[in-house]
Amino acid sequence: MKLTGAEMVLKSLLEEGVEKVFGYPGGAVLSIYDVLYDEPQLEHILTRHEQGAAHAADGYARSTGKPGVCIATSGPGATNLVTGLATAYIDSVPMVAFTGQVATSMLGTDAFQEADITGITVPITKHNYLVQDVKDIPRIIKEAFHIATTGRPGPVLIDIPNDVQADMAEFEYPSEVNLRGYKPNYSGHGLQIKKASQAIEEAERPVIYSGGGVIASGGAEELRELARKAQIPVTTTLMGLGAFPETDELSLGMLGMHGTEQANYAITDTDLLIAIGARFDDRITGKLEEFAPEAKVIHIDIDPAEVSKRVAVDIPIVGDVKTVLAELNQMVKEQDHQEWYQQIQEWKEESIVTQPPIAGKLTAKKVINEIDNLTDNDQVVITTEVGQNQMWAAQYHRYTQPRSFASSGGLGTMGYGFPAALGAQMGNPEKDVFCIAGDGSFQMNLQELATAVSYELPVNVIILNNHYLGMVRQWQQLFKERRYSSTCLRKRKSCPDNCAAPGDDCPEMTPNFVKLAEAFGAVGIRVTEAEDVRGALERAIASPKPVVLDFIIEEEENVFPMVPAGGAINNMILGEGN
Amino acid sequence: MRHTVSVLVANKSGVLARIASLFSRRGYNIDSLSVGTTEDQEVSRITIVVEGDEQVLEQVTKQLNKLIDVYKVSDITNDSSIDRNLALIKVQANLDNRSEIMQIVDVFRGKVVDVAANSLVIEMTGSEEKIEAIEELLRPFGIIELVKTGKIAMVRGEK
Repeated sequence: MKLTGAEMVLKSLLEEGVEKVFGYPGGAVLSIYDVLYDEPQLEHILTRHEQGAAHAADGYARSTGKPGVCIATSGPGATNLVTGLATAYIDSVPMVAFTGQVATSMLGTDAFQEADITGITVPITKHNYLVQDVKDIPRIIKEAFHIATTGRPGPVLIDIPNDVQADMAEFEYPSEVNLRGYKPNYSGHGLQIKKASQAIEEAERPVIYSGGGVIASGGAEELRELARKAQIPVTTTLMGLGAFPETDELSLGMLGMHGTEQANYAITDTDLLIAIGARFDDRITGKLEEFAPEAKVIHIDIDPAEVSKRVAVDIPIVGDVKTVLAELNQMVKEQDHQEWYQQIQEWKEESIVTQPPIAGKLTAKKVINEIDNLTDNDQVVITTEVGQNQMWAAQYHRYTQPRSFASSGGLGTMGYGFPAALGAQMGNPEKDVFCIAGDGSFQMNLQELATAVSYELPVNVIILNNHYLGMVRQWQQLFKERRYSSTCLRKRKSCPDNCAAPGDDCPEMTPNFVKLAEAFGAVGIRVTEAEDVRGALERAIASPKPVVLDFIIEEEENVFPMVPAGGAINNMILGEGN
Repeated sequence: MRHTVSVLVANKSGVLARIASLFSRRGYNIDSLSVGTTEDQEVSRITIVVEGDEQVLEQVTKQLNKLIDVYKVSDITNDSSIDRNLALIKVQANLDNRSEIMQIVDVFRGKVVDVAANSLVIEMTGSEEKIEAIEELLRPFGIIELVKTGKIAMVRGEK
């Protein structure tokens, strides 16, 4: 049967089992939107900005494990996807993005709404395609989904010129992929796995440092088995939160710049570092020479380019985390490391992260602790914006399930969290979805409130409103003598030029988030007292509408522990005093 | 250190840009580059000469390997290989010094491929060093124009 290119796109998406696509129409995707119009099996979600569509697809993917799909028109539609693609690429999120393009005869002529999107996205996609012949569409889409979801996952972009969408050809969806230059290696080298198991047996103070790769591979169960069998404490990266339950005795919480004391001390003292699906990011390692200085290093990762990239590895194992761990678990013997375990418990007891929040004060810690208390940790998805809100969300909520946390870890994209929450809610209608946001970053994609209202998504936006771009302000406070340059969001023309501290007569914050939520048809609640936090959260959770909670928190609350950039990770700032 | 990297790639549009971008993102300048199809029309070989830190180049090589359109990457710097460059050199020449120039070209086993009243065009193939050497010897006569290809290389033996 002959189909148009646009019909082929739709058919191929259905063949791939895609149920939802996020997007925004335009001139160069008119044909694709025409076939979406009366297709009952594929729901299109109209976001209010293409960036929102990309992040929503990303949030959908991270929270479900299925590839996220988004569509945009040519030119500005396509370039608006760029930040979303870069975010997904650096965090290894499987996505397939479709863009319209000017007709093939017009390519390269600076036609209306033309942008070389395949050229632009070369460094931020796992692969991309410019389709030049309608006959290639089924093969390309098949390959795109294969590339996006296998090996180290990542986004793939398919750029389809207008005329190719209208051309017709015979449609047959290929049953397999044959890519000469792409054959990811799943099973680890047997001898290396054996060496790893021996190293684990010999270690006295082992630590598992697990990253997003554990979640991406579906290996959380295998990780838990390894940790419990050999009694190895586990610290996770921001991307790895949820891979190991933070309610478990063996959990050390997050490591790195804003990691827990126990995690960072354990890394410094360990004699065997087992890195699993993690990439030794600079926010994790701090000063490289002092990162795990006494340790032998095992590194399990599917991407050979990550092995020995930043830290020399003694036992590299290139393979799929789940597959390798399953094999390793067969060899590892049951063990316990009593002395090490005791030491870790001592560090844990002194940790500032687990101390209760200051009584009577409305702090970020108070708000997130209440969310942790009020909800079933197995049944929530938390997304974050970027900055203090992100670190607090990581520190104060205990994640117990993989895919229960979505945050822009690598790129640090402000404006990610809210559209990602919409995608997460779309993929997990039965779960409570919270977007933990700052008053600054929420403003970067707040237009998606319209999407949340239109699709009746009961997401809860938790604005930790300190009237500042808080993380930058924290750095200015600690490293730039409180010169709060362009970080106060209340500043008006009437303010003094330079202002080092908030006071009682500061102007009102703009926007008014409660009125803003109401203007969109959502619910807005402002909370100014600590005692009202719980009630407000209960109302929000019960509400079938999207809710924006504006928590007016302490202005100069900081994220601690903190390792100054470039410092050794056991050298933490634990509070204002030191 | 200077490295010669030989890359087998799919012969289609956009591949060169992907490869070049992996070098440029590190601020590395490609000293020379040559691209041509191989015995298989669907496959091209790209030979890249680049100066860089050993470890960084190993990273770049690994990242090249990750590109879907890249089939094989080999750093052949330390392999025993046959290297060739081609240069066309237009040099000022008059009746007085023409034979002197031609003697130099003969010694280097180059070819004079064009003779005009006041110039000669010389075709020269060989290793980079050989081309640099003749360039030096011809410079005093006045080089009008110089065109060089990138290096192509083939590993000796069956490998």
